[in-house]
Amino acid sequence: MKVLVVDDERDVQTLFEQRFRKEIRDGQIHFAFAFSGEEALQYMRQNHQEAVLILSDINMPGMSGLELLKEIKEKYEVPPPVVMMITAYGDVDNYNEAMKLGADDFLTKPVDFGALKEKLKNHIA
Amino acid sequence: MYLSFALLIAIISNLRKTLKTNGFSAQLDKLLLAGLGVSIAFVALGSTVKSTSAIVQWCLAALLLYSVYFIFKHKEFQTSRPMLFAMLPLIVISLIGDIVEAVSEEFYKEWDNYFETAGLFAFIWMGAYWFITRRQRKALEQERLKAEAKEKEYRITEKLKAELEVQVAERTAALQAQTEELQKTIVELKATQTQLIQAEKMASLGELTAGIAHEIQNPLNFVNNFSEVSAELIDEMNAELAKGDMEEVKAISNDLKQNLEKINHHGKRADAIVKGMLQHSRSSSGQKESTDINALCDEYLRLSYHGLRAKDKSFNAKFETNLDATLPKVNVVPQDMGRVILNLINNAFYAVSEKQKATKDQYEPKVTITTKLVTPHQIEIRVADNGNGIPERIKDKIFQPFFTTKPTGQGTGLGLSLSYDIVTKGHGGTLQVETQEGVGTTFIIIFALS
Repeated sequence: MKVLVVDDERDVQTLFEQRFRKEIRDGQIHFAFAFSGEEALQYMRQNHQEAVLILSDINMPGMSGLELLKEIKEKYEVPPPVVMMITAYGDVDNYNEAMKLGADDFLTKPVDFGALKEKLKNHIA
Repeated sequence: MYLSFALLIAIISNLRKTLKTNGFSAQLDKLLLAGLGVSIAFVALGSTVKSTSAIVQWCLAALLLYSVYFIFKHKEFQTSRPMLFAMLPLIVISLIGDIVEAVSEEFYKEWDNYFETAGLFAFIWMGAYWFITRRQRKALEQERLKAEAKEKEYRITEKLKAELEVQVAERTAALQAQTEELQKTIVELKATQTQLIQAEKMASLGELTAGIAHEIQNPLNFVNNFSEVSAELIDEMNAELAKGDMEEVKAISNDLKQNLEKINHHGKRADAIVKGMLQHSRSSSGQKESTDINALCDEYLRLSYHGLRAKDKSFNAKFETNLDATLPKVNVVPQDMGRVILNLINNAFYAVSEKQKATKDQYEPKVTITTKLVTPHQIEIRVADNGNGIPERIKDKIFQPFFTTKPTGQGTGLGLSLSYDIVTKGHGGTLQVETQEGVGTTFIIIFALS
């Protein structure tokens, strides 16, 4: 399974790579990283919707995670990839907006990796 | 006899006129009236009773002489003396004539012509003298009137002066009171200004709080995440050690080292933010320090952005930094210059968010901050937005204290005016604005390196 992680903080990549060290080594999950919404869209165009699951931060300069979510859910063919939103602002507005735009899940920072691992495993299954 | 009488009448009436104009004593006037009465009585007596005419003539002559003496005796008649000089030759000649006639009538008759000629000359003298004095007196009279007018004018001036003196004193007192009042007001205003500056600083800090919280939360998350994952890695490493897979152990230990560096990096990041916040809230020491302008711009851009994001979830904007990496450190008061940059960035974000609210689609809000060396000795900071721009009619007012376009209670109206003071007075630089309605606004700070 290919997971695209979108976050403007570059250290997120290191963190994910270590947190999912075993999964990556065992070939269960492949991670790709984008550091802005624009970059994420570019990745998806180039890789023909290879990623089946997208983990996106909401609060990023330029295109926000919510805009990215809207773009993905509107433009990409059926079935659109699973999109999980991650945000530092776990407020109701963001949550409602994300859900309205078709987000599959909503996580708050700091990310509980244990819970995330469970969720990813569910999607693999 | 008649000549003496005529002279007497002329003298007495002249003297009375003098008395009347100068307003002197009634006693002298009575004396003159008496003289007039006596003269008339003598003439009446002399002309009716022929035998007395000689005596009357002498009496009149005596009276005439007495009147001459009278004039010289009384100071009051000083002005009448010239008249006397006019008459004196006639008096003397008629007197001599009379005496000569009385002593020797024959001699008188023999020299009659001479006496008559002398009398004529004396008469002409009197006329001429009278004519001249009359002119002189007229001139003198005019002088006197002039002097009187002047005197009157002087008195009026003096009076006015006194009145003015009083008015000036009153005004001075009023002005002094006003000055004191104003001085008091200035002291109060200065105190208010200090309070306002502090309030403005606190207000901008308040705007920052959410941004600061976000900015601190991120590194803290990393610190937590990396330390957690490191603990897991230790377990894995122990497992690998037991297995004897030294390659993997090495890889894990490299990761661990990297993680510790990351933890340290993000710890420092949070530390710097807290320090920056403290520095911002602290009252300015006014000390110029060698400062990295690029770091200042970058820090405040992020804080401002996240602050706005935290307050208004629907807001989003692109922000871009074009920071000249070759920029040397510059001597500025970091808190003050930081406030200026922060203020300009906040304004820029506010401008684009306003435009975003109004246009919704087809608009990409963007704030750009640029630093560069414009000359080898001058640095330039540009804060540009693509908001609505500033209307021409208020462009001149934006640097005025208390001018704000924000709704009441949302802006102090001091941000730009304080920024202007900090840049111009505090750092000898310039703060300018370039704006085009509907296109955007750029604020440009230029100041010398040292």
